[in-house]
Amino acid sequence: MTGELPNPESNRGLHYEESLLWEKERSERPGVDLPESTGVALRTGLPERGDMGLPQVSEPQALRHFVRMSTWNYSIDHGFFPLGSCTMKHNPRLNEKMARLSGFAHIHPMQPESTVQGALELMYELQDWLGTLTGLPGVCLAPSAGAHGELAGMMTIRRAHDVQGNESRKVVLIPDSAHGTNPATAVMCGFTVRNIPTGPEGRLTVEAFKEALYKGDEQGADIAGMMVTNPNTCGLFESNILEIADLLHEAGGYFYCDGANFNALVGRVRPADFGVDVMHINLHKTFSTPHGGGGPGSGPICCTEELAQYMPVPVVLKGGDAYCLETKEDRETTLGTLKAFQGQFGMFVRALSYIMSHGADGLAQVSGDAVLSANYLMAKLGQEYHVPYEGPCMHECLLTDKKQKEFNVTTLDIAKALIEHGYHPMTVYFPLVLSGTMLIEPTETESKDALDRFVETMTEIAKDAKDKGEEYFHSLPQSSPRKRLDEVKAARNPVLRWKAS
Amino acid sequence: MRYLPLSQKAHEEMLDAVGAARIRDLYKDVPESALLDGPVDMPNHKGELEVDRELSAMAAKNRSAADGPFFLGAGVYYHHVPATVDYIIQRSEFLTAYTPYQPEIAQGTLQVVFEFQSFIAQLTGQDIANASLYDGSTACVEAALMAMRITKRRKVAIGTPLHPEYRKVMDSYMGNLGDVEIEDGEPDENTACVIVQSPDFFGNPHAYAEWRKKCNETGAMLVVVVTEIVSLGLLPAPVEADIVCGEGQGIGLAMSYGGPHLGFFACKEKYLRQMPGRICGMTEDADGRRGFVLTLSTREQHIRRDKATSNICTNQGLCALAFTVHMSLLGETGFSQLARVNHEKACALADALENIDGVALENQNFFNEFVITLTKPAKEICDALIGEGIIAGYPLEGDRMLVCATEMVTDKDIEVLAKALRKVL
Repeated sequence: MTGELPNPESNRGLHYEESLLWEKERSERPGVDLPESTGVALRTGLPERGDMGLPQVSEPQALRHFVRMSTWNYSIDHGFFPLGSCTMKHNPRLNEKMARLSGFAHIHPMQPESTVQGALELMYELQDWLGTLTGLPGVCLAPSAGAHGELAGMMTIRRAHDVQGNESRKVVLIPDSAHGTNPATAVMCGFTVRNIPTGPEGRLTVEAFKEALYKGDEQGADIAGMMVTNPNTCGLFESNILEIADLLHEAGGYFYCDGANFNALVGRVRPADFGVDVMHINLHKTFSTPHGGGGPGSGPICCTEELAQYMPVPVVLKGGDAYCLETKEDRETTLGTLKAFQGQFGMFVRALSYIMSHGADGLAQVSGDAVLSANYLMAKLGQEYHVPYEGPCMHECLLTDKKQKEFNVTTLDIAKALIEHGYHPMTVYFPLVLSGTMLIEPTETESKDALDRFVETMTEIAKDAKDKGEEYFHSLPQSSPRKRLDEVKAARNPVLRWKAS
Repeated sequence: MRYLPLSQKAHEEMLDAVGAARIRDLYKDVPESALLDGPVDMPNHKGELEVDRELSAMAAKNRSAADGPFFLGAGVYYHHVPATVDYIIQRSEFLTAYTPYQPEIAQGTLQVVFEFQSFIAQLTGQDIANASLYDGSTACVEAALMAMRITKRRKVAIGTPLHPEYRKVMDSYMGNLGDVEIEDGEPDENTACVIVQSPDFFGNPHAYAEWRKKCNETGAMLVVVVTEIVSLGLLPAPVEADIVCGEGQGIGLAMSYGGPHLGFFACKEKYLRQMPGRICGMTEDADGRRGFVLTLSTREQHIRRDKATSNICTNQGLCALAFTVHMSLLGETGFSQLARVNHEKACALADALENIDGVALENQNFFNEFVITLTKPAKEICDALIGEGIIAGYPLEGDRMLVCATEMVTDKDIEVLAKALRKVL
């Protein structure tokens, strides 16, 4: 085992230590009461499994174990989460309640369609909303998360080229500011990646785009498509996007839009209107299904009428008053199925609950307030921090540590100082286009007071950088359940599970 | 709108601070032609009561497993989830936390992931496990892709009947890559891996020694797929496998019409660097206290970009928590007892159905589900039984039907099914 074991003696106030389940005194009885065995002879045809080495605790011990561990987490319900490109907004509890209704929670994905008409209706409604909000009428809800939606979207493009006899189109253009999932996804579809450098103003330039587009062939005949996040990861709307999309389409490529930043646009701008052919939506970002400490997400895709014939199945169709699932047998041009069953249905319930609560008017206010809040932070924080690109920004603003580096205080130090001040840090060192980037996304669910308090804290940190020096910052955080953790040690000597010593 | 805190006054002050007259001015980079003039043509906002009412009405149109006798399994299982599980996963600190990239303030999530990995490694008899994948079907594909990376071969053998949805997903992923062969049967010298589902789709448990031998002879890897994780409490652990993956929904999670569920993935330690997905590891903090971090991220997309082992990013964090809480409550004796109760329920169901004229049991062996053959088309019978208030199982082709009994099935449910079957056959 690594490091000093938690010791109940080191509890302080409301700061608790907690051991692993396997280190606890083994309870005689488990935390559940099950029926007695009838003792019938096994009909498995195999020997019965022996001791598994699992821990055993009673219900109160188990409950306390998890509650104590929970106190070590920061969450959106605790406070502001300025995490760029991740859209950590308020998670309404109504959505949780709805997903737990017996008629949604306890239905089986292989039940006959006649017994799940309400579930299909819900999916149809969500498809309709997403199609309307993006202007892209082909909607498949099935992908499990953002990266899975990217894969579905890029496979749709791959399938379209294959069916049209354009197998030789293998190049996907990706800006250097893209999320890491974009190039990883393109490669999973058998494409090769060609980078487009970000221009001096943090946006794509038509010149750089043309150079990349025609680099392999003067007509761009090797281009399968491009993957662009818009607004981009510098928090800026790609102002040349219409011209770029036209050039791409002329060359025969499709425009994939990474929908991670849809919160800036929802209800105000339909991606179809700036040339997008297919995009994914992160229900766990824009539509507030909880991040859950790393999932489950949900990544539906939306595409044009033309690409809709290639996108994955199943899709919910409506005929008269009845709903049904469209399968591969119904649509032979589909690329197939990317996940068993219909998708992360529980997330669909939450997302529709969120969307219905806001409605068309509320969603337009969502994006507007999110953009206003980010611009407000940019204006306020720009007084002490370097703002590399001129605004207005969209739903997130980009800063760098250029001014603080003069005092040897870096973005990492600022992030750890934020923890000391009771905040989750912003996204750090992303995008990769500049050194020491800090990407801040306030979302629409913070009050002006909360934003002002954050500005005060950031201003204080900037002042500390001048006055207190690097040593002070390197010792932060001090007050969190753990201080800086040794990541090198974790990777060099991997301990990935409990083992009896 | 109740979720939006910015007041009119705040709007004015903030617009003033940014030097804009109205919000629309902040969208000046968006081409005029792409900027809508007003809200989209859909209904406006609704209060909590109205949303609750409308969605509850949709839910009420569905036939819930809680509404009556329910014998459908086939890769998704109706099990009891203790109240404690749902309470824990609804705690703000877990529900509304982000992916634990800032370990100082995410030790709760991280220690849970470490415990989850430990449970999965123990249950599967493997050395290591990752922090979860989307579901069983995508985990199965990731296993095949990983075997192809390790063996540098492009053929996948399906050794035992694989869940048809998993097979479809496998076909779609591999079809996309273009040059991968998928064949039913045994591995040969060109096979990257053989996939052995156990219990297989028709409920038959399999031993692994023979498959291990065939793999040793051909150099193929042995991938064991488990769609009902509760079976691991009764059936021998697949220690012979190189990779064990599958679906963890059976512990801690509702069926929820197919998701969110829980893909799990475990393997031998020597394959660690080829494993997809996030991994949590133990380390220590600046004071030498034990702590946990996400580790070995040099395999992952945010570092490796186009050379990553997989594009997966967000996984099923909260579902892994639900699994871990439920496993903690079950413990060693509870988990094996749960498996035994499932098997015994299935034995009782088999006995009751075998006694009906026109019903024959196809399986010699099973865990908690099996195939019966009928004297009429199974689809017809299933539909007729819905009329009797019973979800009887999954109709296979012709007159075969897959039926399942978990701890949720009562003796009375079995009686009701037997009686109704006699009536409709």
